[in-house]
Amino acid sequence: MTIPRAGSVQLDDVTLGYDRHPAVHHVSGCFKAGSLTAVIGPNGAGKSTLLKAIAGMLRPLSGTIARASETSRLAYLPQLAELDRDFPISVEDLVGTGFWRKIGPFRRYGREDRLLIDEALEKVGLAGFNKRMLGTLSGGQLQRVLFARLMVQDAEMILIDEPFAAIDTKTVSDLMGLVRHWHGEGRTIIAVLHDMGLVAEFFPDSLLLARECVAWGATSHVLTPDHLAKARSMIEANDPHADECERAA
Amino acid sequence: MTGFSYLYDLLITPFTDFAFMRRALVGSIALSIGACPIGVFLMLRRMSLVGDAMAHAILPGAALGYLFAGLSLGFMTAGGLIAGFVVALLAGLVTRVTILKEDAALASFYLISLAGGVVLVSLRGSNVDLLHVLFGSVLALDDITLLLLAASTTVSLLALAVLFRPLVLECVDPLFLRTVSQSGSVSHFGFLALVVLNLVAGFHALGTLLSVGLMMVPAFAARFWSATLDGMILIATLIGMVSSGLGIVISYHAGTPTGPTIILSAGGLYLLSILFGRRNGLILRLLPRKHLAA
Repeated sequence: MTIPRAGSVQLDDVTLGYDRHPAVHHVSGCFKAGSLTAVIGPNGAGKSTLLKAIAGMLRPLSGTIARASETSRLAYLPQLAELDRDFPISVEDLVGTGFWRKIGPFRRYGREDRLLIDEALEKVGLAGFNKRMLGTLSGGQLQRVLFARLMVQDAEMILIDEPFAAIDTKTVSDLMGLVRHWHGEGRTIIAVLHDMGLVAEFFPDSLLLARECVAWGATSHVLTPDHLAKARSMIEANDPHADECERAA
Repeated sequence: MTGFSYLYDLLITPFTDFAFMRRALVGSIALSIGACPIGVFLMLRRMSLVGDAMAHAILPGAALGYLFAGLSLGFMTAGGLIAGFVVALLAGLVTRVTILKEDAALASFYLISLAGGVVLVSLRGSNVDLLHVLFGSVLALDDITLLLLAASTTVSLLALAVLFRPLVLECVDPLFLRTVSQSGSVSHFGFLALVVLNLVAGFHALGTLLSVGLMMVPAFAARFWSATLDGMILIATLIGMVSSGLGIVISYHAGTPTGPTIILSAGGLYLLSILFGRRNGLILRLLPRKHLAA
């Protein structure tokens, strides 16, 4: 066994779920350090659940998730719905929360950190938006702000959950440019996506999930009609009377 | 008589003439400084009714203290604090380990607590005592009660300063806070503890029910004057203090009960804010103003 490189994640027969019903069933494999992987699959395939578990916010029902990065070197961007957009906070302050690991609840951030915030806002195309309140932003602008925060977090491993849902093509292409830039910097990136065109064009690796792992590897080998058809047929509703899973753990 | 001396007689003389009026003013201003910032956070977290629930939850504790030792400041305060903390903790526990959401869990325990409180009060007290606990006695604040109010406000402000950043982040983006820190539940329970502390301090002056009024109504009014958190906290506190002074003076001249008059004053300022507020006030919205170029 090799020593895992920082930034990699090893899944070993992982089953995740809620209330004992599996949402991700017996998945094994590895996200290599520095890889850029799209997690794809039909609704209810367990994509978001998998991301949540890798982020350390959901304990596996069985199996192990071995992350070679400290939790502090990980950034996780969940779906937008979790954010309270009416709260009176400025763009600058929200991006600044990306420094939490560094400054915690009490210390203030310094001049260099402020410059980093400015730089991040500029890179996402929102230069000068520092004092704007969150509530005044459009959906696309908000997603840009959250990407600026990801940048400020300076993480070894970045997990993004459906970042491009309900967002225009210009914003998608700008933000996708950032993702590729991060990939170029050697960060490990795992993104849940629905747009197969985007996946085929920009993501070297893919994991096709339909509760179980249908295919995992180079995107060109994963995105085949056979695999996609198989993924669609594998999704079924929870069976309330299901027996205990007999598969060896 | 000049206008100035008329105003002086109207607004200042009541305080220079009577010590109990000065005490009422100092006590209610201290309460405003502690409670109004808490109210702003409750409002922003869509927990405006939590203050009410907590006020009801405190009642049986105060009643137990009263049964135990009569109208004793120490016992009633301790009882109220304990009852409030127990309800907050139980509600938090049930929210975490069962299917019930926080509002349901909190409602269940405050209702149980309230019913218990009413039974306890009726075991010994007359209705007059119940009225005292429900509506307070702001015109009868003695030294020790004033010290209690000031101490509670001091603790509250210091604790809010410590909790501020995690609390803000828990409001805006709770999931993000969970990914970077364990402090989410600490700040949540710490915040609920501050709600309880301020309500317990408040019930000596305004009663359990109306102390929520001084906490919440200025916060609602402040929403119409500022877009920033700092601004809202500052303005809510100012409105709380002004309502206190106004309520005490009006009740003096009109012979109305003081606690409710303070809350009515805050209510008046709130209605004015809805109408004339700089941010989304109704008048401003109805004025035909041209839209901006960009």
